[in-house]
Amino acid sequence: MPEALSQLPSRKTIRHFLSWFAGISMVLVPLLRLLPETTFLHPSDYTVTWLGKIICYMVLALSLDLVWGLAGILSLGHGLFFALGGYAFGMYLMRSIGRDGVYQSDLPDFMVFLDWKELPWYWTGTQHFAWAAILAIALPSAVAFVFGFFAFRSRIKGVYFSIITQALTFAAMLLFFRNETGFGGNNGFTDFKRILGYDITAPTTRTILFMLSAILLSAALWGSSLLARTRFGRILTAVRDAEARLRFCGYEPLGFKLAIWTLSAGLAGLAGALYVPQVGIINPSEMSAANSIEVAIWVAVGGRGSLVGPLAGAGIVNVGKSWLTATVPDLWLYALGFLFILVTLFLPHGVVGLVGRLSSSRSTPGGKA
Amino acid sequence: MSAILVLDDITVSFDGFKALDRLYLAVDEGELRCIIGPNGAGKTTMMDVVTGKTRPDKGKALFRQEVNLAMLSEAEIAREGIGRKFQKPTVFEQLSVMENLELALSGPRGILRALRFRPSPREKERMEEVLATVGLLESGERSAGELSHGQKQWLEIGMLLAQEPGILLLDEPVAGMTDAETAKTAELFRSLAGKHTLVVVEHDMDFVAALGGKVTVMAEGRVLSEGSLAEVQADERVIESYLGR
Repeated sequence: MPEALSQLPSRKTIRHFLSWFAGISMVLVPLLRLLPETTFLHPSDYTVTWLGKIICYMVLALSLDLVWGLAGILSLGHGLFFALGGYAFGMYLMRSIGRDGVYQSDLPDFMVFLDWKELPWYWTGTQHFAWAAILAIALPSAVAFVFGFFAFRSRIKGVYFSIITQALTFAAMLLFFRNETGFGGNNGFTDFKRILGYDITAPTTRTILFMLSAILLSAALWGSSLLARTRFGRILTAVRDAEARLRFCGYEPLGFKLAIWTLSAGLAGLAGALYVPQVGIINPSEMSAANSIEVAIWVAVGGRGSLVGPLAGAGIVNVGKSWLTATVPDLWLYALGFLFILVTLFLPHGVVGLVGRLSSSRSTPGGKA
Repeated sequence: MSAILVLDDITVSFDGFKALDRLYLAVDEGELRCIIGPNGAGKTTMMDVVTGKTRPDKGKALFRQEVNLAMLSEAEIAREGIGRKFQKPTVFEQLSVMENLELALSGPRGILRALRFRPSPREKERMEEVLATVGLLESGERSAGELSHGQKQWLEIGMLLAQEPGILLLDEPVAGMTDAETAKTAELFRSLAGKHTLVVVEHDMDFVAALGGKVTVMAEGRVLSEGSLAEVQADERVIESYLGR
């Protein structure tokens, strides 16, 4: 049986998708935000933040599709990279609180509470926005690079690799739960006040963060689509389909796998960095095993390997989650599990595959199976 | 003629079982060599040693008299100029036939080059040439997964040719082919010999006869007999090893 993979959409499809997405997120939503708050069409702060959060999830899904869809490397630990990016940027947000915290100290509240007298060395420079932004990409990339180097060099593949990534994110979660780690223990970071001097809860700040998320998603999708169409992209496909053949063609898969793996982790970290100021909190539960599995479900639901599918998957699952957890919270996990089974059994190419099938059966009577 | 590949005193054991037992084998430049032998004779292990998939416990594998293959990785060996076709046709199913060839095309194998790579007119010509050689000229744009079994075998052979290797190792290249396809493959191999060195592992005796090259019979990890097909078929030891157990 062929692997459940979707086709890479054509350049034209990507362009269409991007122009619609950019039109709505960067023109329509900001314009509607200018309407008076009493108007029905005015998207509330809550809505914009919620949409921004989902867009960050979409970027995370896209980053997983880069490794799982293109190169066949299933990570069940991408939540770690997302959270590391979030924590890196969260350090800046914590420093920006300044003396406005509960204890009115230069140190973050949780450090005062622990009776620490100064910042740990790894907080150096985090008062600078630029350094935190660099860290948000560099830290998850570095962790991914080191982990990936040893895993890929040992030729760990398939389900073994996936399980180790689960263990990695779980171990990191336990580490971050500890107060001594210096990242706020189980409470993590929260109560942010400002970003680059602007009030973090101000409507304009929220709109801008939302737009930045949309820009990141657009750029990441565009870049991924270009990358997938280079020889590099085809080599990744070759890694996925027949890695041994690729070796006997004279390629060392290690470098290629490591490159896409590190890039993917950096992208996930960037998504996490934009997520944290919008939701206003980051804590170790982001690194839970279940979180990372959920990301893989988004990708599977949307259509693995299609770049746009995972975005749709992340959107559908999270809209469903918001709705169900608000109405019948107990049902959510059952619904998610059921959805996953349903997609695996009946929609091996995800939602994107279904859409493709419907549109092709409409254009050619009888359609192709 | 000089030997392009020499296996000297190669021993490989798996949990005490000697898959190759002090094997000595030399293949001359431009030769078309067939390796036959009963199951478990060590034919595939021999190819694994040459291509770096298995490290020998003992012995040397010399390519062009100077490169010790036992020290190199699979990819390095491939870049040295040894191409291998698997027993089961292995192509990149999700890519088109042309893209398969393009990946195999000889040239730099680095990441940065892969980002910027575009086939030059000469390389395109070369790919067309290979497609014509393996009879897939009409199928360049099809995805490799859609090809018939025999066509996949040919595509894989085409990929080897695109690599421009000094030596081609072919593990049961006509397995699952129709008689017509087998005859066509034999013709192709005969035309390649001379320009390339071919080492063919095969069970199909008619195919071996059609190739007409020197035949090496392996059994229990050693070379049992070597010579023309008629000679080895007349060899007492060969008859015994095939029938006598």
